[in-house]
Parts: sequence; structure tokens; C-alpha cells
Amino acid sequence: MKPFTYSRAASVEEAAQAAASTQGARFIAGGTNLLDLMKLQIETPTHLIDVNHIGLDRIEGTQEGGLRIGALVRNSDLAADKRVRRDYAVLSRALLAGASGQLRNKATTAGNLLQRTRCPYFYDTRMPCNKRKPGSGCSAMKGINRGLAIIGTSEACIAQHPSDMAVAMRLLDAQVETMAADGARRSIPIADFHKLPGDTPHVEHALKPGELITAVTLPRPVGGTHVYRKVRDRSSYAFALVSVAAILGKDGGGRFAFGGIAPRPWRVEAADAAAPAGPSAVAEAALAGARPTAQNAFKQGLTARTLASIFRQEARA
Amino acid sequence: MNAVELTVNGREVHLQLDPRTSLLDALREHLHLTGTKKGCDHGQCGACTVIVEGRRINSCLTLAVMHDGDHVTTIEGIGTPEKLHPIQQAFITHDGYQCGYCTPGQICSAVAMLDEIAAGVPSHVTQDLDEVEFSDAELRERMSGNICRCAAYPNIIAAIRDAAGKGKA
Ligand SMILES: Cc1cc2nc3c(=O)[nH]c(=O)nc-3n(C[C@H](O)[C@H](O)[C@H](O)COP(=O)(O)OP(=O)(O)OC[C@H]3O[C@@H](n4cnc5c(N)ncnc54)[C@H](O)[C@@H]3O)c2cc1C
Ligand code: SF4
Ligand code: FES
Ligand code: FES
Repeated sequence: MKPFTYSRAASVEEAAQAAASTQGARFIAGGTNLLDLMKLQIETPTHLIDVNHIGLDRIEGTQEGGLRIGALVRNSDLAADKRVRRDYAVLSRALLAGASGQLRNKATTAGNLLQRTRCPYFYDTRMPCNKRKPGSGCSAMKGINRGLAIIGTSEACIAQHPSDMAVAMRLLDAQVETMAADGARRSIPIADFHKLPGDTPHVEHALKPGELITAVTLPRPVGGTHVYRKVRDRSSYAFALVSVAAILGKDGGGRFAFGGIAPRPWRVEAADAAAPAGPSAVAEAALAGARPTAQNAFKQGLTARTLASIFRQEARA
Repeated sequence: MNAVELTVNGREVHLQLDPRTSLLDALREHLHLTGTKKGCDHGQCGACTVIVEGRRINSCLTLAVMHDGDHVTTIEGIGTPEKLHPIQQAFITHDGYQCGYCTPGQICSAVAMLDEIAAGVPSHVTQDLDEVEFSDAELRERMSGNICRCAAYPNIIAAIRDAAGKGKA
């Protein structure tokens, strides 16, 4: 690890101010992604602002009948929260499908949204990677890319977003609340939060430098059957090859979001509209325009079969 | 250097640490509590599992300075050769290890994991999110963050099941 200095913020304002006044500063929450990347010198902040003690660890109801989740709420606490289990089961399920018990005890809501890709070349500092070193090239394109994205990719980068939680948040139309270094607050729809790679794969989200996530807000609960189905190489403690978050209504309607296949949680309006026509139609709409590689083309069929399995299970229920 | 105060296994300790020091390295290199193991140093194996403020975490992926003021329990604080914790005894009875390298992490993880089940925390394999049952499938899923290179898994599960007093769950 490169040397850095460390400070512990006592309030949201203090954290935002520290970020504005210190060059090369980064927030640290659970640390489970940032420290991993710092050990490999993929991330090299010169100052860490510890935001674990700024009072953002509560989950509370909103006036609109939704839920406001503090940025520092741990993944394990969010998954176990009684209201989340009852009204947003797809979120509980997505969280519980991620990482391990130990990691979920540390990982936070904001940190999970901002976790970086698991592309093997992003992690290998000897290899070119446009995301890690803009303009250096993409090693994955002609390398090992079985786990990477099949849709939403660009010539510059085909990395997938690895989060499970973010897929459920996308399905639920969450809003990301932030506070900028100058104290200005705003609310970003999750659909606009994660960026597609285009020519700038190192730009991954809508946050400005030093902007702090304070909370993620969920709108009123959506009724229906909540499902999160994750397909991976081993049945636990592994990232998704394909995951599907779904809410299926009694009337044959539904909404769907996908993980493991795109640079951001993937949701397509046309796929939701295709629900009454069945799983193949949903898969076709969701994957329209996909550009898989020879190694990861299997993810198209796997997505369709995962949807089919969810629909079948729902029909039996 | 940063001043860090921890309570480790009930004993208060004061350290001066480079902020880069992981909690794992603070325990092993500075406090010489070498029971906690370093496997991968990247959150992928669970060998470094300790209990902080009552919750199991990977001590390799957190900085010691972030835990200034916290209570930490390591394998040395779970039990001693003279006074084994029931889970330690059960690992011996059921042969829950071969080389033993993953064992301290397995045991710390299991102790905290049983508390999670008791508190009704659901897991990936829980059918009804509001009804947490005790089963081998639950134990396997909840212990998946602890890799055993020797693959002592069946005996590890048997040991935890036995220590939890659930016999053949
Ligand atoms: C072995 C392993 C397996 C895993 N498996 C899975 C899996 O299957 N599914 C899955 O979804 N995830 C998985 N993860 C990833 C894990 O979920 C993330 O590491 C975790 O959610 C990150 O949260 P954190 O609080 O630790 O973030 P940190 O590491 O603290 O921070 C991550 C980033 O977010 C920034 N940040 C943190 N908080 C804020 C804030 N409030 N405002 C602005 N910026 C902020 C930091 O500056 C940093 O850039 C795995 C991780 C490991 C190590
Ligand atoms: S896919 Fe993206 S992250 Fe992976 S090597 Fe190419 S540019 Fe880097
Ligand atoms: S050493 Fe910490 S998880 Fe492997
Ligand atoms: S006993 Fe050898 S790694 Fe588990």
C-alpha cells in the first residue's frame, strides 16, 4: 500500500469538508473493496476519511411510505431489517446472495453501490486496462472474458458491475441521496447513477469528486412476488455469472433487473412490458443489442433459462 | 503514526501504528496473537476472521485505526487449552481439521454465526425470510466465507452442529 494519512469524521458536514480541503482524499466505509484495491495499488488515495462514525447507520420510514437507508447501514443489517424482509424481500435476497457473512457485516450500502469491477485485468496491474489506466487498451477483449458483460459494453471496456444489491435497488427504483463538498444536497435516480463505459470506462458513476452518499431511498413497496435468482460457478461466496431480480404480479405483469451481464445493473422498460408474453419475450427484450464474446455468449441462454425457471416456479406457487 | 487503543480478549492495549496496518497485522505482528491466520489477505478465505464488537469480520480487509476504541475477540480469547470453548472441543471430537490453518477462523466465525442464527438473521438458503431454521444447509451457507484447503467441511459442519446442541439437524 502507498502511504496515506487518516482522519475520522464526526459528522456529515465534517466529512464533506474534509473531502473538499484534502487533495487525493477518499471516503472509507467498510473498506472491503477500497482496501483490497489499495493493497494492489490500483487505488492510491493519499488521505482516507473514515465515515463510519457520522451517524448514517439508520433505516427509517419516509413520509411517502418508503424507506430511507443510511449510507453506512451494513449489508447484513439491511438484509435482516424487518421492514426490508417484509416489503422489499428482493433486496434482502440480493444482499444475502452476495459475498460472505463476514463481509456483509462490514460492507455498507454506499460502498456496495460503488464497488468496482471484478474483471481480472483490472486487478492485474501489469496488463493494459482502460478503466484502470485510461487509454492503455483493454486486455479483456481478446483475453479471458467469460465472466464479463454482454450488453451495454463499448470498444473500450466490457467489464461487468459485480453488485447484487445494486440490481435490487435498480428494480426498486431507488434514489441515491448525496451531499457535495460545498454542502449542496441532491437526489440521483439509480437509473442515472451508474454510467455506461463508452470512451471513458474509468468514469463509473454520477458522483462529483468529494461528493458523499448520505442515503439510498426506496419508494413505496411494490406488491407481488419478490425473487432474486443468482447463478454462479459455486453455490455460495462467488460473484454472479447472471442474476435476475424480479417482482411478479398476480395479473401477469412484472418488472425485471439483471446482474452480471452489464456494466451497470441492467433494466429495460421493454422487458417489463413483455412480462405477460412470458420469459422468452422478457429475455429477448432485455438482451436486445447484446454483443457477447465467444466465451460469454452462454450468458444469453443462461439469462433466458433463469427467467424461465423463475416464471415456472411462480406458476407452481 | 496513529495512536490506536483496542480491547483485545478483555485486555486493553495501546499501539502506535502506521495507518496502513490492517487489524490482522496489528493482532499478529504487534500484539503477537498469532492464532489469527493470514490466508489470502484479500477477504477471500476467512482465515483472518475475528469478532469485533460482537460481529465476525475479516480482519485483513480493515485498518486497525478504524477500530480505535473497539473490543476484539480472537481465537486466543475464545478458549484456552485448559478451558476449551464447546466449539473448540467439538472440532477435536469430530476431527474438524487436517492442517489446522483455517481452524481459528472457522471457530471464530462459527461462534458469531450461531449468535446470528439465534438473533433470527436470515441467510441465502432461508426459505421463509422470517423463519430461520437450524439445518446443515444453513450451516454450510453461513460458513461459506471460511474456506478449508484440506476440505474438512463435513467434519466442520458436524462439529458446529454438535456444539450448537442440535445433534443431527
Ligand atoms: C471475496 C469477496 C467476495 C465478494 N462477493 C460479492 C458478491 O457476491 N456480491 C456483491 O454484491 N458483492 C460482493 N463483494 C463486494 C462487497 O459487497 C463490497 O466490497 C462492499 O459492498 C463494499 O462496501 P464497503 O462499505 O466495504 O466499501 P468501501 O471499500 O469502504 O468503499 C468502496 C468505495 O465506495 C466509496 N464510498 C464508501 N462510502 C461512501 C459514501 N458514503 N459516499 C461516497 N463514497 C463512498 C469509497 O471511497 C470507495 O471508493 C465481495 C467482496 C469480496 C472481498
Ligand atoms: S474490460 Fe474494462 S476493466 Fe477489463 S481490461 Fe478491459 S478496460 Fe479494463
Ligand atoms: S486472510 Fe482475510 S480473508 Fe483471507
Ligand atoms: S484444516 Fe487445512 S485448511 Fe482447513
